Amino acid sequence: MTLRRIALALAAPVCAFAISIALSSLVLLAVGTSPLEAWLEMLSYGSRLETLVETGNRATQLYLAGIAVAIGFRMNLFNIGVEGQYVLAAMLAAAAGGAVDLPPILHVTLIMVVAMAVGSSFAGVAGYLKVSRGVHEVISTIMLNAVALGLTGFLLRSWLLDEADTTLNMMTPEIPPSGRFPNLNGVVEGLSREITRGRELWGFLLVAILVGVLFHLFLSRTRAGYDLRATGLNPFAAEASGVHPSSTVVRAMLLSGAVAGLIGLPEILGDAHKYDLNFTQGLGFAGIAVALIGRNHAVGVGIAALLFGWLDSAAPILDVVGDTPREIVSILQGVVVLSAVVAFEVVSRIRRATEARDAAEATLPTVAATDGSPS
Amino acid sequence: MTVKSSPTPVVELTGITKRFPGVVANDRVDLRVAEGEIHAVVGENGAGKSTLMKILYGMQSADEGRMQVNGSEVRFSSPAEAIDAGIGMVHQHFMLADNLTVLENVVLGAEPTRRGTIDRRSAHRDLEELGRSYGLDLHPDDLVETLEVGERQRVEIIKVLYRGARVLILDEPTAVLVPQEVEELFRNLRELKSQGHTIIFIDHKLAEVLAIADTITVLRQGRTVTTVDSSEVTAQELAELMVGSELPAPSTEPRASDEHVMLSMQGLSVADADGRSAVDAVNLDVHRGEIVGVAGVEGNGQGELIEAVLGLRPTSGGDLLLDGESMAGWPVRRRREAGIGYVPEDRHRRGLLPDAPLWENAMLGHQTQPPYARGPWLNRSGAREATTRIVSSFDVRTPGIDTSARALSGGNQQKLVIGREMQAGPRMLVAAHPTRGIDVGAQAAVWENLRTARRDGLAVLLVSADLEELIGLADRLVVMLRGRIVAELDPATTTPRLLGGHMTGAAGEATDDEGRTP
Repeated sequence: MTLRRIALALAAPVCAFAISIALSSLVLLAVGTSPLEAWLEMLSYGSRLETLVETGNRATQLYLAGIAVAIGFRMNLFNIGVEGQYVLAAMLAAAAGGAVDLPPILHVTLIMVVAMAVGSSFAGVAGYLKVSRGVHEVISTIMLNAVALGLTGFLLRSWLLDEADTTLNMMTPEIPPSGRFPNLNGVVEGLSREITRGRELWGFLLVAILVGVLFHLFLSRTRAGYDLRATGLNPFAAEASGVHPSSTVVRAMLLSGAVAGLIGLPEILGDAHKYDLNFTQGLGFAGIAVALIGRNHAVGVGIAALLFGWLDSAAPILDVVGDTPREIVSILQGVVVLSAVVAFEVVSRIRRATEARDAAEATLPTVAATDGSPS
Repeated sequence: MTVKSSPTPVVELTGITKRFPGVVANDRVDLRVAEGEIHAVVGENGAGKSTLMKILYGMQSADEGRMQVNGSEVRFSSPAEAIDAGIGMVHQHFMLADNLTVLENVVLGAEPTRRGTIDRRSAHRDLEELGRSYGLDLHPDDLVETLEVGERQRVEIIKVLYRGARVLILDEPTAVLVPQEVEELFRNLRELKSQGHTIIFIDHKLAEVLAIADTITVLRQGRTVTTVDSSEVTAQELAELMVGSELPAPSTEPRASDEHVMLSMQGLSVADADGRSAVDAVNLDVHRGEIVGVAGVEGNGQGELIEAVLGLRPTSGGDLLLDGESMAGWPVRRRREAGIGYVPEDRHRRGLLPDAPLWENAMLGHQTQPPYARGPWLNRSGAREATTRIVSSFDVRTPGIDTSARALSGGNQQKLVIGREMQAGPRMLVAAHPTRGIDVGAQAAVWENLRTARRDGLAVLLVSADLEELIGLADRLVVMLRGRIVAELDPATTTPRLLGGHMTGAAGEATDDEGRTP
């Protein structure tokens, strides 16, 4: 029973990935390059320690994005606005971090709190619009993405630019060393070898893992998490059980936005120490894909984030070696999402059918049932 | 009362049987409709009227039985085939596109084309022609969203006529109309009849049926009771035919109730979406150890009443007291925590999380209280133990408590719902149709559980359409009609005539039923 469950759970992602590799190989064949060569190239480049460090860094951000989206998904809320929420939050948090000088731990904490508060309140706007005005969150969050990006540029240019900067790089003042997050190079190097090329494994990875653990505990162990899940599974039954529909919507949006606010911080705290034009955008949308593949589950999202992180980190080699366009990786990622959604649906139908059969069998042997019940 | 048989049936259904898991919706039903008549099909909710019409219209297929249209045997696998055979249906819930015009709605799916484009001019002509000849007053270019309910219904009727239907099925057409609109509809129907159309009319409002129909077929519990000529029957007789001639034996148990009022409704009013009173100044007390049964044809405010008690629907007037304390302003959770148990009418919609395991379903509605919770945390082991107890003491047949609720049969799902409400030890139980759609064995178990709980002092408000259930369980019966309580009866002494009369309003109309002949 449990073994079959695990096998079924694994079947879907494995099939989805196999199908995606096959389809992208066909695409490569169609444009006249060798798929085998391309995949081998990515594998050999992708297994180097430096690429794996990159993978870990990218996965950290994708994981936070995936969890932010998953919080909404778990109650059928589509927070498409993670993108805008995290960019605005990262910029304001970087500006706040650069504006003050505090003792180390306090400084980092301040930056994190600012980021979460900004992300949360910006997502809260969409939540408020939904419960008070009936605006569907997909519409409002998409619109608010544009607002957030515009606001980020406007605030940065108008008030938050680093006056001392002469490079025209449009950046916030640099965060002093007390507001930086230590890297994990020591740990990695202890296990393998020295990391070259100035790569660092961002320490924020630990925060992402903590967020994942908290996310899982919240959903499976707390009353509030149960209310949220119940609303996602059946809003009418949840309401009859005493869940207040609108306050749950607002709460989920606030929570999703708070996690979204953290997405940009690994980069700000671990590497850039400022918000500038090189800041990585697009992670919010990638988070939707990661959440879908990861089934909104803390571990699943982690695996999906590592997969996407690795693909992103290993792809650049295709520009350097051979004649495979690196865009094939984007195609691959897109196909993975599509085939994962299909595969999960197929598996859940199989699971439902077997469960219904088991349940039907359980009703049949009346003798056994009467034996089992206390007389 | 003579059974009417006409020589030229335009529609003849013989021995139609349709089974759904756990229920027989139609059990060897016969229906003969003569050409050019208005034929009413009446019966309580769940009598099988809608299923029969869906079969005739090709939306569902019968498991057994024969269908003949104009003397030749037919078998429809889709409404399109029924339309080709000249049968059209006007649904209770209109199927119109609000943002299109009357003309566009009428031709939708049957567009006249000229050189590959819609021939608006000829459609316009046809539509005006149809409207004129049947006295159906409509402007082809009006947007449907600007129309009144009665006008929308006319659009639906024209839609059916436009497709060449000679037989029109109308599913509870008056349910959505105000009295003037009903008169207008009846005028239209008589006009159609005079031009040779046949009309099959589903309803349970007896005064209307008697006013419009030539022939009436009565269904009860999926069977044809009889077909009568409308001039030879009274509202009282029809009511009795609908409800049945024999009532089940009332509960013989001694009363367990005392004078302590657990739930008190004092002038309770609930407004529906349109601002009309769905529940109208209801006064009702439920005592400790008492089952109060609410009878009535569905849609007369019972659902709204229950949702108001639970706090799922705001009240528009009056007060609700639980054990003497006003519940005004209490959210649902507070009411549940105060000890109101709830067995919803539709367990899939309001009662279960189909994709969650049983143990998570068992805590639904009690997730803030022990043994399911400890402070802000869920108590997983406590919840699992409690679920195991529910499964064994309420005989929920399942492979385990990790199975999803969806996998269980309706009866077992219902036993789980009842079990979780009883296990929580409520002071007040609100139950709506607790045995609907479940098998006989599970039904008996549910009834036994309710009786036991009543003996232990539980106050129960029981809404049901099942007279056997109401009379077998209730200590007191009240009848709801159009949002009001119109009668209070003693289940031990009530008669089908009395009950049916109150449920359909015939009892009130018996004194002034001269309006039944047109």
